Parts: sequence; C-alpha cells; structure tokens
Amino acid sequence: MAALPSSVKAFYKDVKNFIIPPKHTTPISITVNKKTYKVTADTRTTLLDLLREQLHLTGAKKGCDHGQCGACTVHINGKHVLSCLTLAAQAAGKEVTTIEGLAEGDKLHPMQKAFIECDGFQCGYCTPGQIMSAVACVNEGHTKSLAAIKEFMSGNLCRCGAYNGIVESIQKVAAL
Amino acid sequence: MRPFSFNKSANITQALTIKKDNTQFIAGGTNLVDLMKKHIAQPENLIDITDVLSDKIENTDNGIRIGAMVRNSALTTHNKILSDYPLIAKALLAGASAQIRNMASTGGNLLQRTRCPYFYDVSTPCNKRTPGSGCSALQGDNRMSAIIGYSEHCVAVHPSDLCVALAALEARVNIIDKKQKASVIPFKDFHRLPGSEPHLDHNLPSHALITSIDISRNPFNKHCAYLKLRDRDSYAFALVSVAAALHIESNKIMEARLASGGVAHKPWRWLASEAYLKGKEPSIEHFAKAAAIAADEVKPLAGNAFKVPLLKGAIETALQNCLRN
Repeated sequence: MAALPSSVKAFYKDVKNFIIPPKHTTPISITVNKKTYKVTADTRTTLLDLLREQLHLTGAKKGCDHGQCGACTVHINGKHVLSCLTLAAQAAGKEVTTIEGLAEGDKLHPMQKAFIECDGFQCGYCTPGQIMSAVACVNEGHTKSLAAIKEFMSGNLCRCGAYNGIVESIQKVAAL
Repeated sequence: MRPFSFNKSANITQALTIKKDNTQFIAGGTNLVDLMKKHIAQPENLIDITDVLSDKIENTDNGIRIGAMVRNSALTTHNKILSDYPLIAKALLAGASAQIRNMASTGGNLLQRTRCPYFYDVSTPCNKRTPGSGCSALQGDNRMSAIIGYSEHCVAVHPSDLCVALAALEARVNIIDKKQKASVIPFKDFHRLPGSEPHLDHNLPSHALITSIDISRNPFNKHCAYLKLRDRDSYAFALVSVAAALHIESNKIMEARLASGGVAHKPWRWLASEAYLKGKEPSIEHFAKAAAIAADEVKPLAGNAFKVPLLKGAIETALQNCLRN
C-alpha cells in the first residue's frame, strides 16, 4: 500500500510527469552582435531557437535543424559553427556574431555586397549561413583555389544552386 | 527533445561525482544534440564538460598528447600535427564540414554513434538503439553497412575518419573512471565489434571520461595518405575509406599500416596486408597484391557487394598516394 500514490491528484501528477516530464530552465547571459542579453531559457533551447524566438534575430535560418544544411551558421568567439546543434546553455558567456552583426549601420560588409553583385543567391534562405561561412573562408585563408573554397563551403547547401555566384563572391572579397 | 537539467562542470572531480545513470556528458554536442532531438538519446541530466578537459596539444617524451577537448579544426592546423602526424589532419579534413570541425571534440569523435539509417529511424527495429528488437539493415537497405566483422545482430559501421587514422597510428586512449583512477586503453581495444551486444559501441566504462589521446613518435609522416570514397565529393560519410602509412628505407617497406572506415563496426586494420607489404619494395604490383589480400577477407551483404572492388581500389590508390607526399 505504501507504494501507491497518496491521492488521486498525486497519481495524476506522477502520470503527467512521466508522459510530459517538466521542463528545466536556465539563466543565460550571452553577447550577440556586441550586445549582451540576459534571458531565461528552457535547457533544450538551441542557440538557433534562442536567437530567433527569444532575441528576435531571425537572420540565422532553420533549414534542416540537424546540422546538414548550414543555414543556421553563426560565429561563436570568431569561429563559424552550427547554431542548430549548439545548446543555448553551452553558448552562455560567449560572443556570438550573426548575419545582423556584419553590416555597420547602412554600410554592408564586403561579403554582403559581393553576394549582391555576383548573384550569390536566388531565394535567399541559405544566404545568411552562406555569408557567415564565406566570411570565415576568407578570414582563415581557404581561398587559394576553387577546390579549397568549395571544400571549405561544403557544409552550406543551396537548393537554388547559386554555387557559382557564391564562389565568385568569395573570390572577389579574397582579392580585395 | 525530452526535458533535462543542465550543469556546467568546473573540474573533472565534480563532473565525475555528479554523473548519474541517466546523465550524459556533453562536449561539442554535434552528435548528441541531434540524437536528443530525435529522442534516440534521452538523458535526464546533461553535464557540460567543455571547461573540464584539456584543449591543449602537448609534446610528450615519446610523442604527442591531444587533449580530449581539442576541437577537430585545431588539430588540422597545428604545426606539430602537420609535420609529424599528418595522417591525423588528412583524415579529419576528409570528414564533416568546416562548421562541425570547429565544434566537435577529439574525445567526442571517438564516442559518436553510427549513422546507420535504421538507428536514426525510431519507427524501425534496431538492436543498437533498442536491444533485442532486431536488425533492420541485415535484410534491408544495407548499401552503407559493414562488409566485415558484423554479426546477425548488427551490421552498422563506425562513422569516424579520425579514428581510422588513430587506429593506423596505434594511438592510446587515456581515460579516468568514476573513482578518478586513470588508465589507458590501446586504440585497437577501444571500439567493439557488435557480436550479441551491438548497443555497446566501445569499452569506455560507464561514467568514465576520455581525458586525452597519445600518439607515439613514428616514421610514417613521410609516406601517409587518407583516401575517402563517398557519395559526394565532400561532407558525406565514407562508403569506404583507407588510412595508409608506410615506413620506407632504401626502397624497402620497413613497416606498413592500413586501416579502413566504412567497412566495420570499428576502424578496421588490414593486418594480413600489412604483413605482406613488410620487407617488400614499394611497387604498384605489391600494392595491388596487398589490396587483393584485404578484399579477400570481406563478406559483403546483399546490398553492398560494390564495396569490395571499391575497397580494393581504395587501398591500392591510398598506398600509391603514400609515395606522392
């Protein structure tokens, strides 16, 4: 008898908690595009969801949400990573740069300008991720050959097939 | 994802102390977060160990020590790795994408799960995901599956490229267990074959942590190659991969190392081929014979017989590429 729940209400709560385990939250302090945010988030929140749903920075896109398409690419402490596979709690205390943080006011980042000039996109959905990877590609010097650019950019898919324009954009910025 | 509590550990002692049965350590998270989204991993607690483990690459008396938290991308640009252990960088650069290499840790690379499609599809039986439920790939779509070392319970392959290089270089895995006792697992004993317990990928004790990987100084840096054959040029798992390393003196192979990914539940060493090459001249004929010896060992499944000629060609080509360094 002792093993039985003390009341129907407690039994209901046990069943509910089993089927829908209660969520945990965690406080997160994070710097995005040089601005510090202090928020409380469900521990399950990915950095991508935090950016889009809580900080309303919708530049980084949710394509596959499984690390296969690269549309969610952002920089953490200067390195380009997949925000869909990064837990927001793990990004706490770090410096994040998203596509919104590249331009200075109305002055576009050279890579943004190059994408426009070279037709580096059609529908534009993969573009924020492409540009974040492209910036890393130039910064880290992987632009010595066409093959090196294509290899470095292979984690960013473009269903419109704007690859030639993307590569051209990168070559253009690398030559600056 | 199922709800979980999240703790960031400050040191190894704390991380090991608070680890419970339904707790998982998380480092780069590139595999675990995905598995959690698909409800394949359902930890109740996560312990972030990114600040706990070393992210340093250090010289040791007889080689190099790679901290478990060294990110994959850091390994690919490290001068000492590039000069003395280039096979490591070659293998890593053949795997994942630049973003994932910036995230993934060295320790986590060893512990990643198979990418067998049935393991990921929770609506199908899979002995690795749900022990005793059966292996869907055995009679199903097994194009990507193993051609050697498998059992009737599991035909999945290990997905890592780095591990193939570490197997070839006979690395050692340094671990620390829950009682904070440090020990070493030789790389060949780290991963398991599926046998009747395919849910176990490796021999790391539960609640233990990988702290670092040691590689001894070796003469293979002058002649080594990593060849990966896959469905697209980049960012895909191997159909067949080959790590080849030769120690050549006076036009004679003093020692050869050959290992493959995409063929078995663990990185597979072609020991008979290595033994054949020892003492021979590095020639196309001997390379072809070594490849034929390996290809004779395998038993493909209904859907992956194509991997046999692929493997044979990959070994021959990788050995030839060793001479082009």
